[in-house]
Amino acid sequence: MIAKLLKNREILLVVAVVVLLALIALRFPGFVAPSNLARVYNDTSILIILALGQMAVILTRCIDLSMAANLALCGMVAAMLNAAFPGLPIPVIILAAMALGGLLGMINGTLVWKLDIPPIVVTLGTLTIYRGLIFLLTDGKWINAHEMSDTFKALPRLALAGMPVLSWLSLLMIAAMFLVMSRTPLGRAFYAVGGNPHAAIYTGIDVGRTRFFAYCLSGTLAGLSGYLWVSRYAVAYVDIAAGFELDIIAACVIGGISIAGGIGSVAGAVLGALFLGVIKNALPVINISPFAQMAISGTVIIIAVAVNARAERRKGRVILRKAEAV
Amino acid sequence: MAHAQLSPRNIPDRLEGRGARLLKSWEALLIVVATVIFLGNSFASPYFLDPWNLSDATFNFTEKAMIAFAMALVIISGEIDLSVASIIALASTAMGYAVQLGVDTPVLVAIGLGVGLVCGAVNGLLITGLGLPSIVVTIGTMSLFRGLSFIILGDQAFTGYPESFAWFGQGYVWWVFSFEFTFFVLLAVAYGVLLHKTNFGRAVYAIGNNQTAALFSGVRVARVKFTLFLLTGLMAGLASICLTSRLGSTRPSIALGWELEVVTMVVLGGVNILGGSGTILGVVLAALIMGMVTFGFGLLNVPGIVMSIFIGLLLISVIALPILWRRARRRLAH
Repeated sequence: MIAKLLKNREILLVVAVVVLLALIALRFPGFVAPSNLARVYNDTSILIILALGQMAVILTRCIDLSMAANLALCGMVAAMLNAAFPGLPIPVIILAAMALGGLLGMINGTLVWKLDIPPIVVTLGTLTIYRGLIFLLTDGKWINAHEMSDTFKALPRLALAGMPVLSWLSLLMIAAMFLVMSRTPLGRAFYAVGGNPHAAIYTGIDVGRTRFFAYCLSGTLAGLSGYLWVSRYAVAYVDIAAGFELDIIAACVIGGISIAGGIGSVAGAVLGALFLGVIKNALPVINISPFAQMAISGTVIIIAVAVNARAERRKGRVILRKAEAV
Repeated sequence: MAHAQLSPRNIPDRLEGRGARLLKSWEALLIVVATVIFLGNSFASPYFLDPWNLSDATFNFTEKAMIAFAMALVIISGEIDLSVASIIALASTAMGYAVQLGVDTPVLVAIGLGVGLVCGAVNGLLITGLGLPSIVVTIGTMSLFRGLSFIILGDQAFTGYPESFAWFGQGYVWWVFSFEFTFFVLLAVAYGVLLHKTNFGRAVYAIGNNQTAALFSGVRVARVKFTLFLLTGLMAGLASICLTSRLGSTRPSIALGWELEVVTMVVLGGVNILGGSGTILGVVLAALIMGMVTFGFGLLNVPGIVMSIFIGLLLISVIALPILWRRARRRLAH
């Protein structure tokens, strides 16, 4: 029973997060106070939303390196819309950001689906293109807080039943993704395509189209995150969230989503993001230079992938044991 | 990145002649592209066709190309190394640290190369020793290596490199031929021989095409892969020496984002990102193309980020166009 529980990735992760929190609490009990934990969750919300989209893509054996650039472009467009038409209702801006994000995701998806270009090459290319487009749009200018309307900036912070809208939105996305992954044919298809593409074809699943939808999903979520990012930090410029694509992938890897596709869960992605979020928020508290964060997340990624790889090792029949042990 | 081959292979009933194959090769296309860009640049700016200007232009690809040669071998073997830019940062930080202790040039070079080798060994051990996927491992070590130099340097910078150290990034061997460009040519030949003329090179192709088959044919898969990561680390160390010497200072953000440019260079050079095929000549041509595009746009005062859009479009279109072309031809044939 206990051995079985220990093999469950999500439970292992929960244990890891709790141990981490306990270690911090030993010296700084204030960190685990509910109000502070809620703050940490709120701070991690955007990463969670992005990790959910990346999870869908990775499940289908692809990868989306362009998410952060997509976020930056959509965030910039949202800020520009707001600066140009201050009267435009915020939901319209959010929908526009999501639609643009979805469109950018569709471009990735189409290149992967219709042209069969390896996903890593496609998103490596679109990563530089999307970020370059922000420069073309703005000439490198910033959009600062005073150019944005107050409602634009206030929405993510707005408290609803004790929690900011940003936190509620991420909870909503988690619930929605949970339903998609467990209750819809599309969710099943993500797993099937990643688990065994050939078998997926024989069961009548269009592998390319499923991947296309995964990219649409990650793009739309990146678009939503674009608005959230820009309004939360109240500034938009070319380099926002630069390098964040790696944090997103790191969250997925830590959450036990196999880069080889087919393995992973919504809970894993959320916990992986939370793990990174706790570390990021704890470093200044325990007086470690924020410069150490990068090295720590690197180490965590390596440990996580090593642990996951052991659990993932194929349990099928091994005919030639020596040959398997490369 | 595993990618399913879902369409049936087209098997021709006879092989094409040598000449026809050469004409249709990726390298031939790259030569055409390079020529067009060269001519375009010469017409667009009167300053392009100046030997010293051209010599200056080589600096924006030589360091990346040094790594790209080793990266080409890694990618042909079916792996990838995204940590190279971070290795540059860590090696540069180590050299900068040593300078503060009053170390002289030969030792600095040894430190740069040594750190590169150690980082490569770490990657190699994690990937071949523990059997982990290289893309995730090197994303991890990418954070780790650069993170270490952030811990050491914070928002500071190391400067004060000895005068003799400047030669690697700023010295000239003869006339307009800089040390870096000479090294680029020598390395191109060396890697060309290694990949195309030795058993080791054969083994790299074999592993990239079918790792299990390679193993059963007696190729020491793990050892070859380990060597490849070691080589990539070494090249990153060398590039770090050249770059640090050229800039004369070290910040933790040095060479940020280079891993993507190096991979772009390799893929543009016709190396299959899924492994198994590619040539060093292609990588050399891709390096020249990227260097000329960057330089030509620079002469025309195009900002760097617009160039990166162009590089991104180039990367996708050079891969997409042959696919579209083949598809259109097949449709015509039916």
